[in-house]
Amino acid sequence: MIETHQLTKRFGSFLAVDSITLTVEPGTIFAILGPNGAGKTTTVRMLTSILEPTGGWARVAGFDVVRHPTEVRARVGVLTEQHGLYQRMKAIEYLDFFAQLYHLPEDQRRRRPYELMEHFGLGDALEKRLGEYSKGMQQKLALARALLHDPLVLLLDEPTSAMDPQSARLVREAILALQRAERTIAITTHNLTEAQMLADRIAVIRRGRIIAEGTFDSLARRFVGPPLMELRTANPLNGLATDLAGMVEVVDQGDCWLRFHTPNPAVDNPALLRRLMGLGVEVVTLSEVSRTLEDVYLQIVREDEGHDRDAGLHPAAD
Amino acid sequence: MRGTTVMPGFTQPQTSAQTTRRGVRRTLSNALIVTRREVRDSFRDWRIMAPILLLTLVFPLLANAMTGLFISFFEANGAEPLLPALLPLLPMIVGFFPVSISLVIALETFVGEKERLSLEPLLATPLTNTELYLGKSFAAMLPPLLASYLGITIYVGGLVFGGTQWRPPITLVIQILLLTTVQALVMVTGSVVISSQTTSTRAANLLASFIIIPMSMLVIVESVIMIQPHLRYVLWILPVGLLVTVALFVRMGARIFNREELLGRSIDHLNLRWIGRTFADQFRGEAGARSLAQWYRTSVFPAVRSLGTPAAVTVLCAVAAFVGGWIAAGRWPLPLDQLETDNAQILENLRSWFELGRDNPGLIGAAVGQNLRVLAVATGLAIFSFGTLALILVSLPFAIAGFLFAQVFAAGLDPLPFIAAIVPHGLVEIPAIVLAGAAALRLGSIITRPPDGMTVGEAWLRALADTVKIGLAVVLPLILVAGMLEVTITPRIVEFALTP
Repeated sequence: MIETHQLTKRFGSFLAVDSITLTVEPGTIFAILGPNGAGKTTTVRMLTSILEPTGGWARVAGFDVVRHPTEVRARVGVLTEQHGLYQRMKAIEYLDFFAQLYHLPEDQRRRRPYELMEHFGLGDALEKRLGEYSKGMQQKLALARALLHDPLVLLLDEPTSAMDPQSARLVREAILALQRAERTIAITTHNLTEAQMLADRIAVIRRGRIIAEGTFDSLARRFVGPPLMELRTANPLNGLATDLAGMVEVVDQGDCWLRFHTPNPAVDNPALLRRLMGLGVEVVTLSEVSRTLEDVYLQIVREDEGHDRDAGLHPAAD
Repeated sequence: MRGTTVMPGFTQPQTSAQTTRRGVRRTLSNALIVTRREVRDSFRDWRIMAPILLLTLVFPLLANAMTGLFISFFEANGAEPLLPALLPLLPMIVGFFPVSISLVIALETFVGEKERLSLEPLLATPLTNTELYLGKSFAAMLPPLLASYLGITIYVGGLVFGGTQWRPPITLVIQILLLTTVQALVMVTGSVVISSQTTSTRAANLLASFIIIPMSMLVIVESVIMIQPHLRYVLWILPVGLLVTVALFVRMGARIFNREELLGRSIDHLNLRWIGRTFADQFRGEAGARSLAQWYRTSVFPAVRSLGTPAAVTVLCAVAAFVGGWIAAGRWPLPLDQLETDNAQILENLRSWFELGRDNPGLIGAAVGQNLRVLAVATGLAIFSFGTLALILVSLPFAIAGFLFAQVFAAGLDPLPFIAAIVPHGLVEIPAIVLAGAAALRLGSIITRPPDGMTVGEAWLRALADTVKIGLAVVLPLILVAGMLEVTITPRIVEFALTP
């Protein structure tokens, strides 16, 4: 698992990460979102014991990142933003090099690269030089490298960027398989659809601080209000909205539809339907208007920018 | 759930062995994993291999042919006796060319990897900084060094088994191999330091001239020594000096070759505003003094106090130099006992000089100017020598004093006039010299181990500000006072000491 407490990183006078406290349990996918330069990469580098925190502490897979950096790195698989592959090496040599660095036993050192490359559909490209790999292939190879030593904790930076839809789905399935196997997974991404699809919990970082954290539902409720429902009827509503105003908070309406917020759909919606049926209204559909992580994220960032303005801070230079 | 099959093949992570403490063997084993990869990569790069092959295989043969021409020329002109001096000259050149490629490989291995962004995955592995540093250093050094040995072998082999039938003394061969190896070490360890300060191979190659130019000059010096057989013992001393340089580079490299530094530096631009602000902050002091007294209290004196260790080293060196001078006096005695000059004559000379000084305040300026010049030169040399040349320069007067005092004692002369000639102004001048020497030593050596949380550049800049501050606020006033004492008071005391 990953635990941090008041984790801070300064570069001279620049505060890159500001007192981040979070816990990611095994079997959880945790998405870290934020604008460019928000401190995501610095956080990941601290969790990989590449950068040393200037304040607070972090434990990864049970080891302190400062006191036991080697142990941490042995248990973490990292997919970096820049894959930085060695262009003159063949894929098999590349993976074997990292297998040696992770001290894989001989039989696994021979077997594991083949299995992973087969899994990601690169079985035929093992003998190719990496300079000949496409971007998507490089991405998959980098992921294979991160999984080579079957790490307890995975830190993945944009795991499906540069991939075609088929490969991206393959990778997402792999991540979900890892989650089912109780691995702790943290993803930093700008792909909000993917984050919404995969993440159990989400943190939004801005200016080095976590400005919001929770499940998608809890964040959506907090930042864009209670669930928004849409009612469609067969006939015009003819002022029915006024009658319903006491039950739900109507936010918009048309001739044959209306939208309303309800803090508790499980209780309010059946009651609403009973009332409508009592009034003889023919209901076509009653459904929740889907809200995307993008809506939630943008609202979170907007509110934080507003706080900055109120506090007299300049807008972020992201 | 832990233990279920995750991705193909695995049930448990195989990392427990890494939790144990790493011994030397493990460190070397891990380093060699990196080395093997790097060497293989180098062998696949024609830009590296082509010059190595040319310099290893073709250049020795050309050198052989050239040597043949020289031999014929010498023999035709009756200069055969000079041949033993000439023949050892080229093996070193033949060996140096391939070794110089280690610099290119080292820069490529360190900066190139940074530039291609392939460093981070490597930094995320369980490798320690030392293993990474060693692995890459070996990789930079081994192919050129092997090429160098091969080149020397081909060249010397050509002379031994060719028409020349030259039989090089075994000590000479060992000296050449030793120098070649140590030169490769200097270049590789130096290039690590350079690499840490740049993010592009272009910039690194430009900075590499700071290594290749002094090394080329060194090879010329070595060649000059080599053609003089009676001086060849110096070739045993040179590797020792070079190894000290290697030790300093390794110390510096080990300090700056860490994950934080490697990933932290992303731009190379010259930020004059930052330089000016940092220098001014350090010069003024953190508190931002508002008066001269406050500046001395909050900035100057703390800077002087921070010179504790360098000052102790400077004093030790001065004492060692004094003792060394004293010992040297036993080996090279001066015929002081044969001097016919008596105290009366010295007294007369001194009075003339004293009269001259009384009407000539320029004499004070000359004394002060001389001292300041020496200290400025010492500080300048310190920058290019990790502080060592400053120590040597500052210690030199003490060595001379030790030498002279020993001569006086050995000749049975009265030491009082000599003591009187040094002590009055020396009481002020010696602390000034020690302080200036310590500040210069710190300025030169701080790059080998900058304080935690500070880059090499910032640490050096702050040390420079401290040096200037101490120089202006403490050393200069002391030197001025010492100059006045030296011209006005010291002669009177000497006069008193000489008067019967």
